[in-house]
Amino acid sequence: MVKYIIKRIFIGIITAFIVATLTFFIMNLVPGGPFLSEKAVTPQAQQAMEAKYGLDKPLFQQYLTYMGGLLHGDMGVSLKKRGFTVTEIIKNKFPVSARLGGIAVLVAVLIGVPLGSVAAYRRGKTVDNIIIVFSTGGIAIPSFLTSTLMMYILSVKLKLLPSLGLDSPKSYIMPVIALSLYPACYIARLMRSSMLDVIGQDYMRTARAKGVSVFKSIFKHALRNAILPVVTYLGPLLASLMTGSFIIEKIFTIPGLGHEFVSAIPSRDYPLIMGTTIFLACFIIIMNVIVDIAYAFIDPRIKLK
Amino acid sequence: MNKNPLSLQLNVDDFVPATVEEKESLVVMRKSVSFWEDGFRRFRKNKIAMTALIIVIFIIILAFIVPVFYPYAYEQQMKGSERLKPMEYSKTELARMEAGESVFPHFLGTDQNGRDYTIRVLVGARVSLTVGIIASALILLIGSIYGAVSGYFGGKVDMVMMRIVDILYTVPDVLIIILLAQVLKYPLQDLSKLPGFGWITALGPNMVSMFLVFALLYWVGMARIVRGQIMVLKQNEYVTAAKALGATNGRIIKKHLITNCIGTLIVTTTLQIPSSIFTESFLSFLGLGVQAPMPSLGSLASAALNGLQTFPEKLFAPAFMIFIIILSFNLLGDGLRDAFDPKMKK
Repeated sequence: MVKYIIKRIFIGIITAFIVATLTFFIMNLVPGGPFLSEKAVTPQAQQAMEAKYGLDKPLFQQYLTYMGGLLHGDMGVSLKKRGFTVTEIIKNKFPVSARLGGIAVLVAVLIGVPLGSVAAYRRGKTVDNIIIVFSTGGIAIPSFLTSTLMMYILSVKLKLLPSLGLDSPKSYIMPVIALSLYPACYIARLMRSSMLDVIGQDYMRTARAKGVSVFKSIFKHALRNAILPVVTYLGPLLASLMTGSFIIEKIFTIPGLGHEFVSAIPSRDYPLIMGTTIFLACFIIIMNVIVDIAYAFIDPRIKLK
Repeated sequence: MNKNPLSLQLNVDDFVPATVEEKESLVVMRKSVSFWEDGFRRFRKNKIAMTALIIVIFIIILAFIVPVFYPYAYEQQMKGSERLKPMEYSKTELARMEAGESVFPHFLGTDQNGRDYTIRVLVGARVSLTVGIIASALILLIGSIYGAVSGYFGGKVDMVMMRIVDILYTVPDVLIIILLAQVLKYPLQDLSKLPGFGWITALGPNMVSMFLVFALLYWVGMARIVRGQIMVLKQNEYVTAAKALGATNGRIIKKHLITNCIGTLIVTTTLQIPSSIFTESFLSFLGLGVQAPMPSLGSLASAALNGLQTFPEKLFAPAFMIFIIILSFNLLGDGLRDAFDPKMKK
């Protein structure tokens, strides 16, 4: 187990290194520079700026400098937000995105898992059909449509909820619904199909024959066996939602990490692009390791090696 | 002949050779059912999937054929007809109608530049479908070849190839898509000026870069699925037989292995189309998709946000279109999987 985790972390570091290298060179292939867009910059001033941030050096030199800094946990300073280091920006923005994303994942699991289980148990009945129709419909609506339509109906027409920002608990409602609709429906579908497999197993019949109640047999015996595909899906989902959804943050003007990244690309804020990409990649890698470890706890038959 | 029931004397007529008709009547009449016939038979029984197929065909006709005959063009700006409500006519158009001319109605009104909104939604659907279908075809091509090679050779080759897939799987996809789309835009613009690459201008460099980016990132899922299939299939006797007969590796992969997982390939590709359309609409919504004046369903929805208070229908039309396209492709893919995936057979 410990050996496995060490191996995974080692592979994870290599992956993060490759992602960082790829991003660095792809990013520098984009034409234009960080100081071109600013108004009335004399060539001398521009050169001075580039020299200050080391952008005048050969690309490979810059790469080595950056990677050297990264090893010491230094991700550089933002080129656009003067006086802020990338680490500070991530530290400030990540909690906002993480709270929103975490709530959304929680809601998605709490809705998706029971719905999928119920649908599987009542296979072919009206309840099952209703759940299938809704979950199939739900995965066909992009979140930007859910959020804009909700905004139109709930904020503009009915004036029930605030449309922008994250100032009050009420303002979490719409972004959370918009973020969790797709994963909730997806989890319900995953859960239904894996639950159908499990319900057909012999031990389920044995459990019922022993006199275990329907509720207990589904949620104690079957759930633990059927939830593995959902856990697999949860790892990347948590990573992508907690690091900020660009669309939702843009629509609801939420000051999160996703918003920061999308605005960093057009302005060529190289250190910020690198920082957010590496952060997200590491987050995904860590989540995947956690998912693998969680496997062994949920299903003791799985041996990690 | 009167016969004693206990007599062992045999009836001679029983030993007369059978006539031609008798022989024919004994032959099993049922024709053997091929993989395709079997699949299509099951597919046709699935009402939901058939409905989805009809809707998909209907949308393809709407998006690809109707704009050719439509009286308005998607980039045509009509002075004086800005911001019309659905079925509304502008003053100049009303004057022309009074003069006896027939004016084609704006079913969904016009946008702020006086462009007919119906044709923009239809062309937007065409853009989304093109991106979805071409990207999925490229993903199919790369993913199936990569997965087949990795699964067939196994061992160290498989190890190295699958590690590459693992790494690509961890890459934050949306970030890389946005970056790559920006990177590829300029070289493609230069390339489109060279002779023989005029088609890039016709499609727009942004759209071409989007195909490439999707193809470069999303083939990993396909490669994993194909690899899994090939690893099972290569254990079959016919592969050993083909090897014994001296078939090359390339031939075995092409003729025997890929053809045998065609069901999975079709299903995965069909389900890839809606997810590509999904991602494309996201990118266009962020303004990173196709170039103006070319509309896409995502960019139409994004543009409609500004006038949400006064013109909500401008949002509903592209929203509904995206919903219907993704839903019907998903249902079609599910139906195909039920019909063609060997694991789903009861």
